[in-house]
Amino acid sequence: MKAAKTKYAEYYQIYVWELPVRFYHWINALCIVVLAITGYLIGQPIAIHSSTEASFQYWFGTVRFIHFSFAFVFFFNFLYRIYWGFVGNSFASWKTFIPYTPQHWKEIFHVLCLDVLQICKKPLKSIGHNALAGLTYFLTFLVFLFQAITGFGLYAGMSDNWFTGLFTWIIPLMGGDFAVRQWHHLMMWFFIIFAMIHVYLVFYHDYIEERGTTSSMVGGWKFIEKPEKE
Amino acid sequence: MPHKPQTILEQMLAKGYTRRDFLRFCSYITAAAGIHASGLSKVVKALETKARPPVVWFHFQECTCCSESFIRSSHPIVADIVLDKISLDYTETLQAAAGHQAEEALHKTMKENYGNYLMLVEGSVPTKDGGIYCTIAGKTALSTVKEAAEGAAAIIAWGSCASNGCIQAANPNPTGATPIYKIITNKPIINVPGCPPIAEVMAGVVVHYLAFNRIPQLDGLKRPKAFYSKRVHDSCYRRPYYDAGLFVETFDDENAKKGYCLYKVGCRGPVTYNSCGIIRWNDGVSYPIQSGHGCIGCSEANFWDNGPFYQHLASFPGFGIETTADTIGTILGIGTAAGIAAHAVATNIRKRKIIKHELEHSVKDEELKATDEEKKGGE
Ligand code: SF4
Repeated sequence: MKAAKTKYAEYYQIYVWELPVRFYHWINALCIVVLAITGYLIGQPIAIHSSTEASFQYWFGTVRFIHFSFAFVFFFNFLYRIYWGFVGNSFASWKTFIPYTPQHWKEIFHVLCLDVLQICKKPLKSIGHNALAGLTYFLTFLVFLFQAITGFGLYAGMSDNWFTGLFTWIIPLMGGDFAVRQWHHLMMWFFIIFAMIHVYLVFYHDYIEERGTTSSMVGGWKFIEKPEKE
Repeated sequence: MPHKPQTILEQMLAKGYTRRDFLRFCSYITAAAGIHASGLSKVVKALETKARPPVVWFHFQECTCCSESFIRSSHPIVADIVLDKISLDYTETLQAAAGHQAEEALHKTMKENYGNYLMLVEGSVPTKDGGIYCTIAGKTALSTVKEAAEGAAAIIAWGSCASNGCIQAANPNPTGATPIYKIITNKPIINVPGCPPIAEVMAGVVVHYLAFNRIPQLDGLKRPKAFYSKRVHDSCYRRPYYDAGLFVETFDDENAKKGYCLYKVGCRGPVTYNSCGIIRWNDGVSYPIQSGHGCIGCSEANFWDNGPFYQHLASFPGFGIETTADTIGTILGIGTAAGIAAHAVATNIRKRKIIKHELEHSVKDEELKATDEEKKGGE
């Protein structure tokens, strides 16, 4: 570990996450929380022993309605993020997500060794995503896509909407609604587990690297210490 | 057999039905087949003028419940006309002929009407070990299907067996039971799944073909849209309870008595495409959900492997019977939480040096004030 930092070290200020990226992130986070909770409830509705007539309540219908509306927000927010991967700054670029160079893979193993297994000593501090995080987000994007396709495919059966009609091909491909529903439900757990690890690792990096990782997704700024002049 | 085959109307009149009965039948079947009212005259005309189409009906790996369902159609004329009158030139279950005679009738029909006959198939076809698990007259079902399909104008695959393999195709599918559409790919095929399909649906499909000389509109799984475009759930009379979130928790609870939704005791209505909720069974008397039992999804592919029937989420293969996606998810979630905790502890141990170093270099509040004052003093 370099002893670069002394008291009153000087810092670069770097604008890492642009406003659209931050918006995307929080809208996405909100959607995932809402979709996971409503999705879980749709799979395992809570037992209500009520004497109220069915005509006076609609809670399950409302839960489903919320699930469906947030699904649309989630999907178009995601499409927007893909677009931003082509026009945004270098930290938002699609190139940070797909490990298409040996350099990417070297960094992935480095991160695994340093931060996950904690057996390497050689420091590595990325400014935007590190290569392993990028690859993980790429996988989540694939799951986003899978959830969108299966979800809209299931939804198309009860709607005349042309947009969801674009996804009906998934049903015969996976062998019927039951299988599609089962996988759609299983993938919910991917999001739950992803969210746990994601939040933990943000705290971890903030703690170990002291660059304001957590707050960067709110304000957009990270602070990188200037290397010391000898 | 008369030389010029009789039309369906002629046959009905000969049987003692009146023209009025005939018209009544036409409007009934038109409605049942999901044909628009404006198509009624077409149906009438077709049944008045068209000769009965030659039909061969095969039985392979099946239980004959499709035939049983068909002959119990609620409208007496349906069975009478469609079954008797469409000239079942060959059907193992109902024909009078047997042995060589039957084989002869079959081949005569296939030869004389090459390219025109309707081929109805009940049952799946075993393909493993050269197809030896189902043989008729010394030939395997596989070779019979291929031979008969060549001259068929269209094929109707009756029931779940012929359209998706049904129970005999359930894991591990020892005989290699295969639905017809996977064997024959160059002919129009109509899948009419269900175990069995509803009689009116079967009659409707046949009449549609008779009247319009072409197969009805099909969906992505080759099922007639008129009967399979909506889920059982969409036409279920218990649906208001579903939307209200009122569910039967166990089969003997108060909610079951009140007739609440069967979703939580495994109802497959939300993932099953069929018209049970609309046409119902046995002359519209009831259907499973109305009788207090959830839909088991008998018209969906793999329904047999998607068990247990009384559980909303299927168990996961390889994890034991009661393990659903949620159990697996919860276990993974707990595992992740434990992993995170372990990692957090490890971080504080393994990165102790770094953390200590950083802490030593942290500027203290008093020092900051002192520098500020120094700066001021310097000014
Ligand atoms: S009983 Fe089954 S089909 Fe009817 S509303 Fe409930 S889940 Fe849907």
